[in-house]
Amino acid sequence: MKKSCLIALLLAAFAEFAAPQAPAPPPMPVFHFENFTTANGLPDNHVYSVLVDGERVWAGTENGLAVYENRAWKTYTAKDGLAHRAVLSLALDKRTGDVWAGTMGGLSRVSGGRIDTYTQLNSGLSNDVVYGVSVEGENVWVATAAGGCRLNTRTGQWSLYNERNTPMAEIWTYAVSATPTKVYYAVWGSGVLEYDQNTGRWDKYDDPDGETEMVLFKDQGLIHEITTSVSYVDNIVWVATYFGDSRYDGRYWHNFLTKDSGLPSNFTNVVKGVDANRAWFGTDKGLAYYDGVNWAVYRPSLKDGKPEMTVRDAQGKVTPVAVSTAPAHNYVLGIDFQGDDIWVATAKGLTHGIRQQR
Amino acid sequence: MSWRDHSRIPVSAVAAFAALAAALAVVALWTGRPAHANARDSANDALEYASPLEVLLSPDGARLYVLCQQSQEARVLDAASFAVIKDIPVGRVPRGFSLSTDGTRLFVTNSWDDTLSVIDTGTLTVTATWPVGAEPSSVVEDRAGKRLFVANRISNDIAVLDARTGAEEKRLLAGRGSSYLTLSPDGSRIYATHIYPNPPPRRTGLENRTAPESEITLIDAARAVVAERIPLDAIAGVFHVAFSADGRLGVAAELHPKNLVPLAHLEHGGAFADTLTLFGTDVGKPVEVPLDELERYASQPFGVAIAPDKSRIYVTSGGSEIVTVVDVPRLLRFIHAHSGPFAQDLSASANYVVTRIPVGRNPRGVALSRDGHRLYVANRLDDTISVIDTRTNRVASTIALAGPKTISVLRRGEQTFYTARYGFQGQIGCSSCHIDSTFDGLTWDLEPDGFGRDIVDNKMLEGVKDTEPYKWNGGNPNLPTECGPRTEKYFWRSEQFDNRTLADLTVYIRNLPTRPNRWKLPEGEMTPAQERGKAVFERAVDKFGTPIPEANRCSFCHSGPKGTNQKLFDVGTRKTTDNSGLLKSAPLTEIALTAPYLHDGSARTLEEIWTVYNPGDKHGRTNDLTKDELNDLIEYLRTR
Repeated sequence: MKKSCLIALLLAAFAEFAAPQAPAPPPMPVFHFENFTTANGLPDNHVYSVLVDGERVWAGTENGLAVYENRAWKTYTAKDGLAHRAVLSLALDKRTGDVWAGTMGGLSRVSGGRIDTYTQLNSGLSNDVVYGVSVEGENVWVATAAGGCRLNTRTGQWSLYNERNTPMAEIWTYAVSATPTKVYYAVWGSGVLEYDQNTGRWDKYDDPDGETEMVLFKDQGLIHEITTSVSYVDNIVWVATYFGDSRYDGRYWHNFLTKDSGLPSNFTNVVKGVDANRAWFGTDKGLAYYDGVNWAVYRPSLKDGKPEMTVRDAQGKVTPVAVSTAPAHNYVLGIDFQGDDIWVATAKGLTHGIRQQR
Repeated sequence: MSWRDHSRIPVSAVAAFAALAAALAVVALWTGRPAHANARDSANDALEYASPLEVLLSPDGARLYVLCQQSQEARVLDAASFAVIKDIPVGRVPRGFSLSTDGTRLFVTNSWDDTLSVIDTGTLTVTATWPVGAEPSSVVEDRAGKRLFVANRISNDIAVLDARTGAEEKRLLAGRGSSYLTLSPDGSRIYATHIYPNPPPRRTGLENRTAPESEITLIDAARAVVAERIPLDAIAGVFHVAFSADGRLGVAAELHPKNLVPLAHLEHGGAFADTLTLFGTDVGKPVEVPLDELERYASQPFGVAIAPDKSRIYVTSGGSEIVTVVDVPRLLRFIHAHSGPFAQDLSASANYVVTRIPVGRNPRGVALSRDGHRLYVANRLDDTISVIDTRTNRVASTIALAGPKTISVLRRGEQTFYTARYGFQGQIGCSSCHIDSTFDGLTWDLEPDGFGRDIVDNKMLEGVKDTEPYKWNGGNPNLPTECGPRTEKYFWRSEQFDNRTLADLTVYIRNLPTRPNRWKLPEGEMTPAQERGKAVFERAVDKFGTPIPEANRCSFCHSGPKGTNQKLFDVGTRKTTDNSGLLKSAPLTEIALTAPYLHDGSARTLEEIWTVYNPGDKHGRTNDLTKDELNDLIEYLRTR
């Protein structure tokens, strides 16, 4: 009897060992998503950009620049002096509180309710299609369809950067990330351009294989020449392309593809680094978060549109997390942070992700 | 005028000038036409007058500080006896000053040095001189004594400095010609004004015929950011702001130009309304009210103060040489009982103006004693301080400041320039449109060319010497004609100047010094962009190797030290309302400051001259240039 009991216990223990319970997925942030559309005050559901300014949130839409304050939306349009109704990019001058808006018709500065507009006709701006804008000190860096620009707000001087004075092969600059030490441009078809603020020199990062259809040299350089977004934080460059994404630490590159990461799509519109290890990615198939090891994806399900969150761990195991809300749409164009919360610009509305305590 | 170290006329020049003046005097006698000043007058040119611009009292009321613009001093007087305690030299052309919150420091903005003098009010010595922005014009310290705010006229911003070290933290976007700052009584807000209208936000093709827009910029003093802006519709030229002690009533002195109608309307109420904008809890939505009354105008309002008991508003009018006294309760009753707008209603001010007190020449800054019984008025162009007994509304005494007793030609000319006494019904003076002897950023419809015809941009006067002929169409061969018969006929409506007055005026204008160019590097060096732009300016061959005809080169029409060859050209900018397409090549002096551009002000920026208004390359060969090269050209032009 004793022997049979011991055998039973050993078998039970073996069974427990042989069939362990599934480990819990890595703890990734969970959000309650609240969506804004024209139904609740947004001027347009096509939201290209989003910017958090303390308690205020600015949304660049196809039909004006909207600001959310005290639970109400106010919209600035061309009638108010805005350069164009379609607002593609936004940047905050944290020192002054001024907001810079890149539009399809020029660059606008919103200061204390007043809007001043710079165009290729009335200023030194190189082109009216302003895809990206970034503020660094007294300089405003601009990414346009005809190269980069820098406006010194103190002197009023414009400096233009294009194929004549930089290693830019194409002049279609799509995004810019400026800091006191380095400035990075994502150039659509010409990789990433780096400007060293100390030396005044330009450098260029290209896809080492030069292939547009395949990745031959993984983790050996930029994933693709068609770059769409760049974010420089903690001395790390995060780069988005339509063919995957990259992280560069000044010496080594790491590439992210759907086949070997938690990225929901290689078609990435925007990347925003949190720090050296963490970043958010806005793709055509949802919003993704990378914590340096694990991935989380937030979206309406591609199958049935129901709210969906999945977590992918370091081993590639994907685990669903039960959620009741999702971003307004899978096509994500802009990302910004408000404390632990996140704001997301999508093709069908603006989303406020309210961080939930686990 | 002779700004120290800047425009002192050399002896040789004086001698030459004296000879010329003598010759012209003979000509004048022969022809009966006005001539330039005589030799005796020109010998006075180097006189340095005090030119008191601003006054303020120490917190205990014992001292009167006087900011003397031409002698470039902060003068300290005993407020009871007016005895001089000390004259403290400061920087070039000081324009604004204020005391620190604790009263231990006096800050002075030196507008032509781009510096701030810090004066210890205990030792009455300058303890520091800090570099600030371009043409600092006013300064205030926050209530906590942590930050200084400095209004920079040329860079159109407000610099935020560390009040202890002077280190600049940032700059806030202000109105164009940012000039005057006032701290609200509770210390929470700084109210900033500006003297030139903001540029029209949108290009419509008619932006040169739209009403000017200005603002009062409200700065959150604690956060040092712009909190909001009070729009001032149809205003161009905003000066001092004052508050009632309870902070419920604010008032700004300003100019309301009527530049969209032909100037013939001078007879129908003036080219300007001289107004106040009232704001604050007592008012509700900001309201503009006029100071003018038919034949009793308050030309060029500048300084303003509100009595401690909020019974009166006092406003100086530099052109009319008066202080207007406004009854506040009556004013508030009036604006609450009537719906506006009031600005152009010449019957309105009778409801609230108590009296108009004549003071000295070109009265500017004011200060009230703590009990409100005495109002001190700085009379800039006769070196006096008027002390008004506010209980009787009479000048109790006039304090003469130390300085030359002789009135020089330049001084008389400047007095003529700033007074409105020659204008029709005393409505306007030269300085109504040429604010601080510059320009006003407006376009006007002067009647001699026909109503609605030949809309013209008002031009900068600095550097005008030796750039004749004058007017955009070159119609006036010299300054005596420009300032004499033309001005008398179309602005004054009668022949007012005698020969000597006209001669003095033209001497003053010819000798206006040119302010330092902020885009120029020291020793004549140039930035790479300026060098490249200079090459574009001087080029004789376009980018395709085609020679550029001489008359189509920048450097041909805009040749010489002033940037004009003084000849007429058709640069393709003629409008259907213009009588002729021939225009005098405009001088380039301080061109960076003087937007809008072209003869009718249709180009809001230098860029628009070529990106919008030069499709046929008639205004120089420029359409072969890339955007970078055009930017370079503009960088060079800013150095002129």
